[in-house]
Amino acid sequence: MDGGGLRLNMNALDYVLLALYFVTVLGVGFAARRAIRTSVDFFLSGRSLPAWVTGLAFVSANLGALEIIGMAANGAQYGVMTVHYYWIGAVPAMVFLGIVMMPFYYGSKVRSVPEYLRLRFNRPTHLLNAISFAVAQVLIAGVNLYALALVMQALLGWPLWVAIIVGAAIVLVYITIGGLSGAIYNEVLQFFVILAGLIPVTVIGLVKVGGVSGLMDAVRDSRLGEAGLHAWQDTGSTANPLGAHWLGIVFGLGFVLSFGYWTTNFAEVQRALSAKNMSAARRTPIIAAYPKLLIPAVTVIPGLIALVTVKGLGAPSGDLQYNNAIPLLMRDLLPNGVLGVAVTGLIASFMAGMAANVSGFNTVFTYDIWQAYVRRDRPDAYYLRIGRYATIAAVVIGIGTAFIAAGFSNIMNYIQALFSVFNAPLFGTFIIGMFWKRMSALAGFWSLLSGTVVAVGTYLLYKGGVIHFNSDLEESFWGAGLAFATVAVVAAILTPLTAPKRDEDLRGLVYGMGGIDVKGDVLAGDAAWYRSPLLLGVIALVLAVVLYIPVF
Amino acid sequence: MDNRSEPARDPLVSGAESEQRRSAAARLFDIRRVIGGLFAVYGIIVTLMGIFDNQAEIDKAQGVRINLWAGLAMLGFGLLMLLWQWIRPAEPPASPEERGVLDGSGDSGPGSPGGR
Repeated sequence: MDGGGLRLNMNALDYVLLALYFVTVLGVGFAARRAIRTSVDFFLSGRSLPAWVTGLAFVSANLGALEIIGMAANGAQYGVMTVHYYWIGAVPAMVFLGIVMMPFYYGSKVRSVPEYLRLRFNRPTHLLNAISFAVAQVLIAGVNLYALALVMQALLGWPLWVAIIVGAAIVLVYITIGGLSGAIYNEVLQFFVILAGLIPVTVIGLVKVGGVSGLMDAVRDSRLGEAGLHAWQDTGSTANPLGAHWLGIVFGLGFVLSFGYWTTNFAEVQRALSAKNMSAARRTPIIAAYPKLLIPAVTVIPGLIALVTVKGLGAPSGDLQYNNAIPLLMRDLLPNGVLGVAVTGLIASFMAGMAANVSGFNTVFTYDIWQAYVRRDRPDAYYLRIGRYATIAAVVIGIGTAFIAAGFSNIMNYIQALFSVFNAPLFGTFIIGMFWKRMSALAGFWSLLSGTVVAVGTYLLYKGGVIHFNSDLEESFWGAGLAFATVAVVAAILTPLTAPKRDEDLRGLVYGMGGIDVKGDVLAGDAAWYRSPLLLGVIALVLAVVLYIPVF
Repeated sequence: MDNRSEPARDPLVSGAESEQRRSAAARLFDIRRVIGGLFAVYGIIVTLMGIFDNQAEIDKAQGVRINLWAGLAMLGFGLLMLLWQWIRPAEPPASPEERGVLDGSGDSGPGSPGGR
C-alpha cells in the first residue's frame, strides 16, 4: 500500500463501484443506439427530450474539470467570494438564455449556434465561428482528458497513458454509438453521481470543523481572515481576496464573461436544442440554474474546509496545491465505500466535460463545416456516418492533445484561457444581431473578427508583459469588455455603410420580425403555471439575490 | 398567437427537419430506470459496507457512520427514481404528429399533407 502523496486507499469494493459505473455508462450508450435513425436523432436526440433531462445535462456539461476541482481550489484560495462565479456569474445568464434568446435558437430550428450566424449574417461569419469553435472543442477535450488522467494517476496510481486511453475509450464508445442521447443521458447520470460523491465529503468535513459556525471561526483564523467569509464587502476597492472591484464583478464576470459563455457556447446550448418543444427548450437553462445555485455548497465549502484542515495547503507545486483541495479531503475523511463513490463522481465529472466538448464538436463539424462547405446535398444517412467519424476523430485528436498537454501543461492552460476569450465577442455579435435588425451581414463578420482580434490581442499582450493587470481575472474582465465594445463600435460604423438583409430573411431570427411562435408546439401540461419559463426564471434570480444575504 | 408566420427558410435546416418524420427518438428508453437501478445497487453495496464498518473506518469519518447513511440515502434515492418512473411513465417523446407531421408509427410513412 502506497501511503505517499495523494494516493487513495481504494479497496476491491471501491473498484467494484467504479466498474459498475463504467459498465452503466457504456450500457446507456448501447441502449441509446436504437433511438438513432436520422442525423437529427444523432446530433440533437431527435429533439425529443423532456426539460428535466436536458436541464440536468445542461448543468452537467459544465461540471467538468474546471468546475469541481477549480471551484474548490478557488474556495480555498479566495474564500466565499467564489460564489460570484455561480450566483452572479452564471444564473442571470442562464435565465436570460432561456427567456430571451432560446425562442430565436429553438424557434428558427437551427441545428447549432454557428448555424444561427449563417442565417442571421452570412457564410464567412458562420465559417469563422464554426472553425474556431471546432478547434477549441477538440483542444479543450484534450485538456479535460489530461486533467482526468492526472487525477487518476494521482489518486489511483494508474499510469498517465492508461488513464488517458481508458477515459477516451469510454467517451468514444458511448458517443459514437449513442450520439447526443448517449451523451445527455450519461450527463444526467453523472450529475447525480457527482453529487453522491461530493455530499459525503462536505458533510464529514463540516462535522470535523464543528459545523458551519466552527468553519466560520476557523476561516477567521486562517490566512483569508474575516474577508474570506464575505462576497461583497470590500469590493469598493480591489483590496479583497479576489482582487476585484464590484464593477468588475457585475459587468465583467456577471455580464460579459458569463453571458458569453452560457448563451453562445454550443456545447451548452446543444442540450437545450435537443428538448422536445419550445417550452422545454426555454426551461432547460432555467432548470439548470437551480442546481447551479446550490453547487457552491459542495465545491466552495469543501474548499474552505480544506483551507482550515489541510496544513500547508496552497503550495505553488506538489501535492498541496489548491487544486488538490477535494482529493485531499477525500483521502483524509472518506472510508472505503463512499470513497469509491467519490472517486467515481470525480471521474464522472471529467468525462462529462469531455463528452460535452466531443458532442458539440461532431455536430458543428458535420452540419456547419462538412455539410455547408464540403459535401452538400447528400442523403441524411451520409451525414449520420460523418458524425460518427467526426466523433472518432475528435477523440483521437483529444488523446493527442492530452499527450502534448502532458509535456507542456502550462501551454495548455494558456490555450484554455485563450479560447475562453472567444466568447465575449461572439456574445456581442449575437446580442446586437438579435435585437438590431438593421445590422448588416458584413458588419456581423467584421464585428466578430475584430472583437476576437482585440480579445486575443489583449490576452497576448498581457501574457507578454506589455500591458499590466492585477490578476488573470482582471485581465479577462478587461479583455472581454474591450472585445464587446469593439464589436458594438464596428457594428455601428459598418452597418450604415453596407446593405441590410431583407426582412423576410430575418424572420424568426431577429427581435420584432415575427416568425417566432413560443406556444405553437405546446404539449398538454406545459401550460401549468409551474412550467412557465418566465416564472421559473424570476424565482431563480430572486434566489440568487437571497442566497447572497447571509454572506454579504 | 394567431399570426403563425413561418421563420425564414433555409434548405439545410428544412432538409434535416423533413427527416424528422423518420426519427426513431420515440424508442429512447427512460433514463430514470438507469439512474434508479445504479443508485439502488450502489445503495445496497455501500449500506452493507456500512453495517460491517470497523471502528477505524468510523473514526476516519469523524465518528459518522457515513457508509451506512450514504448507502441508505442512495438506496432511497434510487428507489424513488424507480417509483417515479413507475407512477408516471414517460410520455412518449414528442411524436411526429405533435410536430405537425402526419405519420402513424414513427417509422417511415407518408409525408405531411400540410401540417406546419
